Amino acid sequence: MEKKLKGFLEECYNAVLEGDKQKAEKLATEAVKSGYDPYLVIENGLVQGIEKLGERWEQGTCFLPELVLGAEAVKAGISILQEPILKSKAGRKNLPRVIIGTIEGDIHDIGKTLVATMLSANGFEVIDLGVDVKSDNFVKMAKKYEPKFLCLSSLLTTTMQNEIRVIEGLKKANLRKKLKVMVGGAPASLSWAKEIGADLYAENAISAVKVAQREIGHESKRK
Amino acid sequence: MNRRPKLELLDKRRIEQIIDDALELLSKVGVFVENKEGLKLLDEAGAKIDKKKKRVHIKSELVQRCLKSAPKEIKVYDRVGRLALDLKGYNIHFDPGSAALWIYDLKKDKIREPVTSDLIRFAQLTDGLKYLKAQSTALIPSDVPKEIADRYRLFISLLYSSKPVVTGTFVKEGFEVMRDMLVSIRGSEDDLRREPLAIFDCCPSPPLKWSDLTCQNLIDCAKSGIPAELVSMPLTGATAPVTLTGALIQHTAENLSGIVIHQLAQKGSPIIYGGSPACFDMRTGTTPMGAIETMMIDSSYNQIGKYFGLPTHAYMGLSDSKTLDYQSGLESGIGAILAGLSGINVISGPGMLDFESCQSMEKLVIDNEICGMAYRLIEGIAFRKEPPFLELFKEEYLEKGFLTSPHTLKWFKEEVFFPSQVIDRFNLGEWLKKGKKTAVWRANELIEKIISSKSFDELSTEKKNELFKIIQSDAKKYGFDQELKKRFKSL
Repeated sequence: MEKKLKGFLEECYNAVLEGDKQKAEKLATEAVKSGYDPYLVIENGLVQGIEKLGERWEQGTCFLPELVLGAEAVKAGISILQEPILKSKAGRKNLPRVIIGTIEGDIHDIGKTLVATMLSANGFEVIDLGVDVKSDNFVKMAKKYEPKFLCLSSLLTTTMQNEIRVIEGLKKANLRKKLKVMVGGAPASLSWAKEIGADLYAENAISAVKVAQREIGHESKRK
Repeated sequence: MNRRPKLELLDKRRIEQIIDDALELLSKVGVFVENKEGLKLLDEAGAKIDKKKKRVHIKSELVQRCLKSAPKEIKVYDRVGRLALDLKGYNIHFDPGSAALWIYDLKKDKIREPVTSDLIRFAQLTDGLKYLKAQSTALIPSDVPKEIADRYRLFISLLYSSKPVVTGTFVKEGFEVMRDMLVSIRGSEDDLRREPLAIFDCCPSPPLKWSDLTCQNLIDCAKSGIPAELVSMPLTGATAPVTLTGALIQHTAENLSGIVIHQLAQKGSPIIYGGSPACFDMRTGTTPMGAIETMMIDSSYNQIGKYFGLPTHAYMGLSDSKTLDYQSGLESGIGAILAGLSGINVISGPGMLDFESCQSMEKLVIDNEICGMAYRLIEGIAFRKEPPFLELFKEEYLEKGFLTSPHTLKWFKEEVFFPSQVIDRFNLGEWLKKGKKTAVWRANELIEKIISSKSFDELSTEKKNELFKIIQSDAKKYGFDQELKKRFKSL
């Protein structure tokens, strides 16, 4: 059994490395049927795969399309493995929740979606508000969903200033201290984050995951 | 006539194929338009609008009609009224890469936020660099309220340099203030229309989208007759198909849709066929301007723009390097030379580092030399008929050499481009004696000389005051007027 499980986890890991969504779904379904611990499959199988891809990406041997396919395989697997978790008595472990969106006036999608995908593949619950999100809407959604992180993306120097309004809105709604604001996108920087009173800055999707994980005290279980 | 050397990556058949595909794309898939006025214009012109998706399907006939009314030549004049840019055919003009968030501070070896004094020095420097035919609002000031940064840049540019300005707005409210400044220099709206002083960048968002702001820019430019410059930026494999041809089809469609909206807003208004595409880097997720494929797309879409007979623009002659090194030189050099050979009418890029994010005054000075070389290159090789060639090889010269022959004296200055002290052509001994300086430090020394020479045309006190009044009344809305007054005490 032990050996069989090890081999199974290895298969999950490989499905992610290969960016094979269908295989990940098949394996996840099999795991549910066989009664494997879904957390184990997620954390020691799928997530380890995406972590490996992230490591390779940092070394320059994995390309973005492969990284995204890997992340999508993880997401697909997780969504199937979540079913028994939700049904079980213990219920669902609270995944750290993230709200993300591209700031008002800006309709750039790709960077924001990449961050959202990587976060959800790494065990975060992501609510993606899309692009051109009004500052009020960020605040409204933060109130409703009480996320741990609010991630603001901008690609234009012209629109990044709208991020200030979100932070002001959060303060007014007494939400500012309840969550961490992370900024990203081409014109953003650590000093920009400081200037507008955001908490965190990430220069890319992998770094966004690391920064968020560090904040919640999560240590990578990378092999 | 010398033969003008040209770079042409596409043949006529390919150009026509790309255009056909782009027209089909516009008609079948359409383009997303967020702006109400833009949608209204398109609706009235008979375009089919999917109201739910805000997607506009534009038929080929409408495109052809708008292409016909767009002017085939645009003349831009400097602040004094001299012709500075003659945008047509294979004429080329360089201007600094615009809207940098950062400036590279050589002495501190640090990338930092630009402040007003940087903007002033940058404008003065650009004014003194011979091969930059226009200036641009190159730096985004960090010491003014973000809401007025776009027009504040233009205010500084107009005060400290007489060259025409490549610029753009950050917010809808920016346009009116900026137009008023330009009008105040020229005297009236009609005068500004007759002698444009600035070019405004208008950027669709890839793939195939016109946001509310950028579409409004386009319409505002069209109505006021200020030349609009289309900056379509497909990113291969990210916001556009990964193949260079696929990106070109999308680029063509985005430009054509822009031309349609623009010409519908005001028939015959000047518009420039341009862009800032990039070969998206699949490892880092960045948009390298120094990638050879980026430049290949630029050169090719320029051919397509020329096929339509329109003036063209591209971001070339810039670098992705974060410092002044071998990479910054090679990427800028290749870009400027390819742009020159392609005959792109407006080439924006000199000075720029870190994709399109960081300006450097030292790099601007070095790039000015690259631009000079590009101008020389496109002049081609001259065939001088006088004197008959055998006379050049007289016994006398064969013995004594050619150094002082009348033929040498007559032509050496015509035939050869002489760079400034930035380019080192001394022998080793001389170079050592002069302190073993690199091009970057030689450029640094030149900056002070150029700025302190103050040879530029001062704006009259009356005009300065008019400009100041415009920016001041705008600054008041953001509580910045008092600070502004402190900064510009003499106005």
